[in-house]
Amino acid sequence: MMSKAPYFGRRVPRNEDATLLTGRAQFIDDLELPDMLHVAFWRSDFAHGRIKGVDASAALARPDVVAAYTADDLGELWGPGPLLVPPPPIEDIVFHERCQVPLARDRILHAGEPVVAVVATSRYAAEDALAEVRVEIETLDAVVDLHAALEADAPILHEGLDSNLAAHCVQQKGDYAKARGAADLVIERRFHYDRGASAAIENRGVVAQWDEPNTKLTIWDTTQAPIPIRNGLAALYGLTERQVDVIAPFIGGGFGPKIMMFYPEEVVVPWIAMQLGRPVKWIEDRSENFYATTQERSQIHDAEVAFDSDGRILGIHDVFLHDTGAYDPYGLTVAINAQCTLLGCYDVPAYYSEFTAVFTNRPIVTPVRGAGRQHGVFVMERMLDLAAAELGIDRVEIRRRNYLGADDFPHDHGLVYQDFSSLTYDSGNYEPALTRAAEMIGYREWCDGGRAAARTDGRCEGVGIVSYVEGTGIGPYEGARVSIDPSGDVQVATGVGTQGQGHYTTLAQIVADAIGVDVARVQVVTGDTREFHWGTGTFASRGAVVAGNACHAAGMAVREKILNCASTHFGVSADDLVLGDGQVAVSGAPERTIDLGDLATLANPLRGAVVPGTEPGLEATAYFGPARGATASGVHAIRVEVDPETFDVRIRDYVVVHDCGRVINPLILDGQIHGGVAQGVGNAFYEQLVVDGTGQLLNASFMDYLLPTATDVPRIRIDHVETPAADTPLGVKGAGEAGCIPTAAAFAQAVEDALGLEGLEILEIPLSPNRLFELVRAAREGDAG
Amino acid sequence: MKPPVFEYHAARSLEEAVALLSQHGWDAKILAGGQSLVPAMNFRLASPAVLIDINGVRELDGIEAADDGALRIGAMTRQRAVERSDLVKEVAPLLYEAMPWIAHPQIRTRGTLGGSLAHADPAAELPAVMLTLGAEFHVRGPAGERTIPADEFFFGLLMTALAPDEVLTAVSIPALAPRSGTAFVEFARRHGDYALAGVAAVVTLDRAGVCTDARIGLLSVGEGPMLAVAAGAALMGTSLTDTDIAKVGEAAAAETDPPGDLHASADFRRHLVGVLVRRAVAAARARAAGA
Repeated sequence: MMSKAPYFGRRVPRNEDATLLTGRAQFIDDLELPDMLHVAFWRSDFAHGRIKGVDASAALARPDVVAAYTADDLGELWGPGPLLVPPPPIEDIVFHERCQVPLARDRILHAGEPVVAVVATSRYAAEDALAEVRVEIETLDAVVDLHAALEADAPILHEGLDSNLAAHCVQQKGDYAKARGAADLVIERRFHYDRGASAAIENRGVVAQWDEPNTKLTIWDTTQAPIPIRNGLAALYGLTERQVDVIAPFIGGGFGPKIMMFYPEEVVVPWIAMQLGRPVKWIEDRSENFYATTQERSQIHDAEVAFDSDGRILGIHDVFLHDTGAYDPYGLTVAINAQCTLLGCYDVPAYYSEFTAVFTNRPIVTPVRGAGRQHGVFVMERMLDLAAAELGIDRVEIRRRNYLGADDFPHDHGLVYQDFSSLTYDSGNYEPALTRAAEMIGYREWCDGGRAAARTDGRCEGVGIVSYVEGTGIGPYEGARVSIDPSGDVQVATGVGTQGQGHYTTLAQIVADAIGVDVARVQVVTGDTREFHWGTGTFASRGAVVAGNACHAAGMAVREKILNCASTHFGVSADDLVLGDGQVAVSGAPERTIDLGDLATLANPLRGAVVPGTEPGLEATAYFGPARGATASGVHAIRVEVDPETFDVRIRDYVVVHDCGRVINPLILDGQIHGGVAQGVGNAFYEQLVVDGTGQLLNASFMDYLLPTATDVPRIRIDHVETPAADTPLGVKGAGEAGCIPTAAAFAQAVEDALGLEGLEILEIPLSPNRLFELVRAAREGDAG
Repeated sequence: MKPPVFEYHAARSLEEAVALLSQHGWDAKILAGGQSLVPAMNFRLASPAVLIDINGVRELDGIEAADDGALRIGAMTRQRAVERSDLVKEVAPLLYEAMPWIAHPQIRTRGTLGGSLAHADPAAELPAVMLTLGAEFHVRGPAGERTIPADEFFFGLLMTALAPDEVLTAVSIPALAPRSGTAFVEFARRHGDYALAGVAAVVTLDRAGVCTDARIGLLSVGEGPMLAVAAGAALMGTSLTDTDIAKVGEAAAAETDPPGDLHASADFRRHLVGVLVRRAVAAARARAAGA
């Protein structure tokens, strides 16, 4: 590990803010290219059907319409997209690969599936022309309910399958039956976790331009993973990777669905640009986003936990259904995350986990911030609450009793994780965070009279406190190139995309420390395949860990070059050189200094030969590939006030004590956590995609799909515990998803605590005032009966 | 989310607006603040062939006190101006209290009083407030001006007594009787959302503290704003004790038959009406007693 350095760990203001806050950042819809055309997609209103005929001739006849394409026009381009994540190597795993097609040809499998692409001189004209497109669809019964989907008489979505089962997977360790036999208490419950949208402030978009003389395709794409998109699209179009550039400009939020999806629009729009030889733009509007962008997270868990009389977990048995939507291009990541993350911070000797992934007539499910971890945490934390109540054990104490100890790491759970490596926690230390969070929320005082005093004052308040882990920083690898410009500025290029995470600052801090320059002089380029050829992308809370360590390695390699070059220049040993403030100086001789820019010029001479074994310039490229991820963890504590008549819930206090190893920039980390909690609050109490029995979405606008606003998200108080990652040079762990993972579990516990009603158990998310009204009424009627 | 093609006219006077309406009739829509109409057009839920923009008609803008103590507010007065008016605060405290519940400041800055009333969304605050206050609606058509009382203006879902060639020009709100108190309460999922239910209440007391008048308006409980007539009548002659007020909540809930939707079942809505009526009448009582 490197020693304490000037920028690492400091609240450095963001390098990118000046550009963003003055409106100079270029987002995809800012792109205006000469002669550009606009695309609108005709999308199915029905969730399930058979296409009997498509006629776009009337649309094509309109004066502003340039072209219209159906599946039949796509030729060899038409076919299922790539499987992005194959199933992990788990014994007896069943996985049926069914990936989305660019334009529907025979079957409609979810509402909003695109059938025709209309190209016109403006988006207005393209949308007008959609009204002239005729598509004849024979509707079929829709598959919406997860249990009904697997019944023998259910309509089957995919040809070649005899049911809607998309996957089946069992992972286990220990002997659950034996654990159950020895238990003093066994709790069984069913948990429901319903769908939401990722709802980034910026929707998706694709702009493409085909340069015929140079046979080069440039694609601007709101993707989290420009390099895999470049590679995949080049292969699809029969081009080399060098003929395709993918540029991910500034992006207004990713949250998962902008991962390497090969969405229909992502495949079709550049192809249209190549057909027409004109630039083409498609910007997803909010209505489309509710259907065309991937979502999470319906699961139904039937869980059983065996406890001894002290509240120690002896074993867990969990069988769940996972909704994968109409297709499963992203494999089993979400379901495996739910399966693995359920174990949380706890020592679980026996675990049986079985899931069935189910095809439904709903938009595709792929990771959305948290990516299945929420479900596992919700089940586990709610079970601990139920056991605590049953056994008369304090809610904080039952968690403490079950925690893995500080000496238990690395801890191998004996399961396979989403990255195909073993589910091994590299490091962790859970108790300090629990103690600190309990202190900050005033848990002890709350139990010792605080709750009663609030009641006396007429306030119906409750407190919740829960733990979680987050597997972060998975492979395969990222790279970075660090170069010193003759101006003295430092350029860093990496392959990850960026959607607001602060990479322009955190990666700059790491490099600035390695070579001793002002962080504001380090310019980071991300998400542009012209600048860096290799990489994977920003997802799974891996940017800071994987790209960060690659930047560190490249920075240290440049440092080595600086010292070698200056050593030759001054004729002194490298040990006698001091690096800092953008200069190299000879130790003890302040008059003998050289600016790094001048040194970079010296390192690239116009005359003379480069010495064999060296390279010109002050530049280095390095890669980092972790063998396994780094496990972050934390505790969330919440105090809510419930209006016992309207069932509105206001969050009065929210505490996060977070451990993501060494912190690069607490300011940026706080922002990540704030945003995550806001999404968690939305997930817990506001956001739900509601469909009817025909698969129609009933709330496809921000009028009825409720995002939490500034008045609904509380001030969040944050503290950190730093348990360095065991396997990475910088000791950092990912932090991108932590804020939203345990929010729903904490919220449910606090609402139960506030209402204090016998028989009221919150076993579902999201909640709403209407749903709380129903649950409370049912609990009261249960009492009466 | 782009509107279909439409023809656009910017009227420079009320006469011109009425003439254009007469010419285009059902094909035309008046564009006031555009805060409901334009989103509906972008969703292609509304596709008027002709838009008649009355934002340039100055005579429709303004808040003034009439000789009889009533308040007259021009139809094109921005909601934000109503919200910030001292005159409104003094003469129509119920309206003043309701204003911040309408959507968000950005929307109120564009949105107009008359636009919201003519749109007549059942979940909107202003129709229920006007109904509760017994306001009068001044409208202009080709045959001249007429005045419509609030209880004859609203006609069910997004429907009003306005003829296709008539423009709403102003609303008059009568002064409150002495010893009156008013209150507005609503419950929405997030501040600024359409309310799951809302209540506007006016109670008037005599010198002995006995209720001589009570009007309870409800929003979001049906196809339009509604007066809880039986509940209001039940308060007359009482001293508005906590027991009386608890009963009026139940009475109001009993006389509503609200619809269920995504955010509130019919049962929950009826329950909310009971809770909110009780809260509104209690607040109005306290203010009347202090008046």
